[in-house]
Amino acid sequence: MSQYILRRLMIAIPSLLGISVVLFVVLALAPGDPFSELATNPNVPPEVQAALRTKFGLDDPIYLRYLHWLAAMAQGDWGFSFVSRINVDTLILQRLPTTLYVIGSAQLLALLIAIPVGVYAATRPYSLFDQLANTFAFIGFSLPTFFTGILFILVFSVKLDWLPFVYTDVPGSGIPWLLEMIRQAIMPVMVLGLFQAASMTRFVRSAMLDVIRLDYVTAARAKGLGQAKVIVKHVMRNAMIPVVTLIALQMPAVFGGAIVTEQIFRIPGIGSLLISSILANDTPVVMAVTFVFACLVVLFNLIADVLYGWLDPRISFR
Amino acid sequence: MALLDIKGLKTHFTTDDGIVQAVDGVDISINRGETLCVVGESGCGKTVTAMSILKLIAMPPGKIVAGEIIFEGRDLAPLTSHQLDEIRAKEIGFIFQEPMTSLNPVLTIGEQIAESLRRHEAVTRKQALERTIEMLQLVQIPNAAGRVHHYPHQFSGGMRQRVMIAMALACRPKLVIADEPTTALDVTIQAQILDLLQDMKERLGMAVMLITHAMGVVAETAQRVVVMYAGKVVEEAPVDELFGNPSHPYTQGLIRSIPRIDLDAEHKTRLEAIGGSVPILINPPPGCRFASRCKHAMSICTKQEPQLREIAPGHRMACHLGDAS
Repeated sequence: MSQYILRRLMIAIPSLLGISVVLFVVLALAPGDPFSELATNPNVPPEVQAALRTKFGLDDPIYLRYLHWLAAMAQGDWGFSFVSRINVDTLILQRLPTTLYVIGSAQLLALLIAIPVGVYAATRPYSLFDQLANTFAFIGFSLPTFFTGILFILVFSVKLDWLPFVYTDVPGSGIPWLLEMIRQAIMPVMVLGLFQAASMTRFVRSAMLDVIRLDYVTAARAKGLGQAKVIVKHVMRNAMIPVVTLIALQMPAVFGGAIVTEQIFRIPGIGSLLISSILANDTPVVMAVTFVFACLVVLFNLIADVLYGWLDPRISFR
Repeated sequence: MALLDIKGLKTHFTTDDGIVQAVDGVDISINRGETLCVVGESGCGKTVTAMSILKLIAMPPGKIVAGEIIFEGRDLAPLTSHQLDEIRAKEIGFIFQEPMTSLNPVLTIGEQIAESLRRHEAVTRKQALERTIEMLQLVQIPNAAGRVHHYPHQFSGGMRQRVMIAMALACRPKLVIADEPTTALDVTIQAQILDLLQDMKERLGMAVMLITHAMGVVAETAQRVVVMYAGKVVEEAPVDELFGNPSHPYTQGLIRSIPRIDLDAEHKTRLEAIGGSVPILINPPPGCRFASRCKHAMSICTKQEPQLREIAPGHRMACHLGDAS
């Protein structure tokens, strides 16, 4: 098992390298230059500009710049943010916990809604409950998060004034701080979580319906196990295998959605960091954040593969 | 008193095209310790009859619309699925047709046998495991103590069917319903499985309801035979009587369609087949359902439905042929 994970991590290295090449090339080709501000600043003489460009190697050929970046990255030097004036890794480490907290809670909420609702709907297909669940699911994944986000702000912050609509980095500790952290995360977590839950519910339902009519489920019923046990032990366990794939494959979309949601609620996570860095032409940060996203996606795929082997004994870790 | 007495069972399915009368007034009774074969072509209602006993058909679209299923003096037909859980596996075991798909791929075979023991009997996990290993030994699975922890995909089709038998018999039911247990297996394995079933029946003293479409299987195993056609019983007789004196044209057709190595060589006869196929059971025409395929069909056959009547002790059939009138 640990050998399998180790080998999977080794396989992940070339794919991450590939991803970094693509990212680097795209960013190098993109218009905008971290020194554009200097270029238009009349107080900086052209010789100084040229000296700085040479110092940072900005006029080198692209492959040299990439190798330079890679070598630095491998040694733990993630670069320096032109805008924030601090190291990129420090910046990301400041922001990452918030993003993981919000995305993690949203995914958890999505699972807590999707699995029970999808399972129950599948045991009573075309019942009133199933129809209601389907209707809400369709509404849920038809509404984009930037729309529901603003709707939530309008209803819960502006009209009702129950929840803060700007996420603030409240200082302090203890219970009041914890409550405030929870309170301000409610809306972004709901917006992201409900969106995820909608499509996941549909998927859980159809995966359950695929399994529920199989012979071995009838065989389990013939043992007199009772509906609940048949559903949980024999149907769900098998139906979760494709659901795990879906969740893993959806991770990039979840991060994409988080970027938008973070922007709407002004959450100080790496998603909003990415957007502000792109706008400020802060290339080292953009590069590092997108690379962190890539690493997270690869990591979740690995987790999905490990879960597979745990759920399905036919897949062996070889 | 019979162990199981099915009276006038009707199981219908609601479909978009209409109501399919898959089982339409079936009477079957099984005595303690007896092997009863139910024969007929695919689609004639054998499996639905068997599945109706324990309500294992999908409901909806299926529904038991009439009839009684008296098991040890108690009518099972009105019971809910939940109430039937006490009977399932404990009193009536079920062996399914497809050993390749009837075992859950993500659970060990031991767990799948033991869970039924733990459900119905007050046993600890350890005792359940011991009993499971005993059952696997009984169905002649080599190295049972090691194999108990293996998953279904690690077994061949024949071995899986042995596991299925162990699973159905684990709680020592009084009746075992085997729905074409050998159809999916190759011929050499078929004989082994039938022998095993026979052997288990004698050891554990249970009754067997064996559903099959192979007349060869019937001749080898049955004491009594029920022939079904298009959702109805058309003939019922002790096995010797049925083969010696088949009375319904459908039964005669079934028996003539058995390949016989001794006759073919001498007489150069062609193997007979029954032309056509089982009619679709949505609004079946009045009269005998076999009439359209019957060589002896008369005018009365398409007008009046023949009733089951006794033509010899224990031998009943439903055909207008040889009617007194």
